[in-house]
Amino acid sequence: MILVVVETEAGVASEVSLETLALARSLSQAGGGIAIRALAIGDVGDVSALAATVGAHGASELVHATGDAFDSYGGASWAAAVQAVRAETGSVVVTAAGTPRGNEVVAHLAARLDVPMAANVVAFSGLSPFTVTRQVVGGSALEEMTLGTRPALFTVAGHSWVAEAVDGPAATVREVQPEVAGADLVARVVSTGAKEADESGSLKSASIVVGAGRGAGSADGFGAVDELASLLGGVVGVSRVVTSLGWRPHHEQVGQTGSRIAPDLYVPCGISGAIQHWAGCASSKVIVAVNTDAEAPMVTRATYAVVGDMHEVLPAVNEEIRRRSG
Amino acid sequence: MRILVCVKRVPDVGSEVMLTADGQSVDARHVGYTVSNHESSAVELAIRVADATGGSVTLATVGPAESTDQLRHLLGLGCHAATLVEADPTTLGPADVARELAAVVTDHAASGAGYDLVLLGNDAADSGDFQVGIRLAYALGWPVVNGVSTVETADGNVITKNDGPDGEETFSVPLPAVVTVLEGGVEPRYPTLKGRMAAKKVEIETRSLTAQPAGASRVKLVVPPPAPSNVEVLGEGPEAAAAVVDLFEKLGVLR
Ligand SMILES: Cc1cc2nc3c(=O)[nH]c(=O)nc-3n(C[C@H](O)[C@H](O)[C@H](O)COP(=O)(O)OP(=O)(O)OC[C@H]3O[C@@H](n4cnc5c(N)ncnc54)[C@H](O)[C@@H]3O)c2cc1C
Ligand SMILES: Nc1ncnc2c1ncn2[C@@H]1O[C@H](COP(=O)(O)O)[C@@H](O)[C@H]1O
Repeated sequence: MILVVVETEAGVASEVSLETLALARSLSQAGGGIAIRALAIGDVGDVSALAATVGAHGASELVHATGDAFDSYGGASWAAAVQAVRAETGSVVVTAAGTPRGNEVVAHLAARLDVPMAANVVAFSGLSPFTVTRQVVGGSALEEMTLGTRPALFTVAGHSWVAEAVDGPAATVREVQPEVAGADLVARVVSTGAKEADESGSLKSASIVVGAGRGAGSADGFGAVDELASLLGGVVGVSRVVTSLGWRPHHEQVGQTGSRIAPDLYVPCGISGAIQHWAGCASSKVIVAVNTDAEAPMVTRATYAVVGDMHEVLPAVNEEIRRRSG
Repeated sequence: MRILVCVKRVPDVGSEVMLTADGQSVDARHVGYTVSNHESSAVELAIRVADATGGSVTLATVGPAESTDQLRHLLGLGCHAATLVEADPTTLGPADVARELAAVVTDHAASGAGYDLVLLGNDAADSGDFQVGIRLAYALGWPVVNGVSTVETADGNVITKNDGPDGEETFSVPLPAVVTVLEGGVEPRYPTLKGRMAAKKVEIETRSLTAQPAGASRVKLVVPPPAPSNVEVLGEGPEAAAAVVDLFEKLGVLR
């Protein structure tokens, strides 16, 4: 039995949770058809819609844990629910998306059961011993690791599997009310602020993003970048070097430790394309890179590129756009 | 308020990683070592809380003797004391590290110098296990909050803010507690000359492991091969502007 903890966003299963189900399906096949159960905790919106979704992605049952304990999120209380359902179903594998909450809940479970946990798994390579490959050094390297104990606990790195529906029937829904000890309710969200008036929200949902990295040169080097973004009706996204140096605010950062973007057009300028940056922009439909180095990973991975100094290329592009728009 | 910050000596890698010949670790000979941004932010938050409450900041690390380089640097920022649990990092897994850090906390408490708050990074920059702080909290029987960007204390509670899926989340948890920090909420300070001089005089407590480590179950590390390139170069320098704008027109992104 494989237990997949499913997260929802605005009442629908999150993309990374569906990617996690894709890995679980592959694992189930390798293991001779072990059943997959999905577990959703607390208020997840329309439960039967969720059951249809997780069913279409290979889960035969959706366990839905409810109760006062799940009114607001806490790592320990969520883990208590997973622990109870795992014990009752005898699951030998427990997995979740490699999101902040997914990693947190599985790490709590690992500590409670005193078993190892592998974070950000991208693949499994053997069943006995169970061997997984996971991202380390922010994705710049992979680690092959054995997970010999049961249950095997791991999270799945985003974008490492494709969330494909297999048209399974809706999962059967089973409602449970797990007991949660008082000690597991100490650290819970006490309040949730309005979504930071879309400081990074606009970046995450933008259809056009103009990016800038160390190549901008200084805090004053963003003039043409801001201008191109406004000419295209897009927003600015930056690399971590830029936020670390204090040139731009953190909410503009794209990447593993910033926002994940999926625009129709991304124009990264003076960004080398480190794997941690790539993790946040890989879903862009078209990438037009501007870089002085024709061999920079951002250039070689882009759809189109201009090799040159962004401080010369961007003003020329802006000028050309203004000229054509009359 | 007495605060402990757990930091790890990690290779200062950029986008490209080299591995040692045995595939067991990152080869840092050419890049050197550092402390990750998450942990630097944790140190900054700790110093601010200590300053606000008239408290002190102690550092703890489990790692090689050379970790004293990182400890001295952080002492130069205004931390007051440091403990090194000396061990070969290739023999350690996250459960081992958590057990050793818990032993530091309990032993210091037993000698009358316990902690109200323990800060760590959310995840280590090299091993990225996402779990040492949580395991430490369970070992101590303390509550834990993860991935926070700010930390304050008031009335015996630690109050944290983090970026949650539905907006900014606040936790308020009774002390003693464990909190793990994500970079971005504060700007870590730079050492002052005076701080660096003072740091040289601090005596770093050195301990050895309290138990045989279980290890990380690592088979080996690999560096993934670069993806094949299909890039179409539109041109070089400002002369490429017309080709770029032609493309923008074709994509229909011009307003
Ligand atoms: C755990 C971890 C998490 C991380 N998370 C993130 C993250 O979320 N987001 C992120 O971005 N990074 C992240 N990083 C950092 C990442 O590894 C890189 O260090 C960073 O992305 C590099 O930023 P950059 O491309 O701006 O700078 P550099 O790598 O220094 O690249 C600068 C580029 O600009 C080009 N250039 C220079 N001058 C010009 C010019 N005048 N015109 C045009 N091009 C020019 C250069 O050729 C080069 O390609 C993370 C790292 C770690 C270890
Ligand atoms: N060897 C170590 N010594 C001290 N602190 C550590 C060590 N390893 C991890 N930590 C702390 O635990 C956090 C999470 O690490 P990890 O669970 O390994 O990703 C790090 O950001 C550090 O603050």
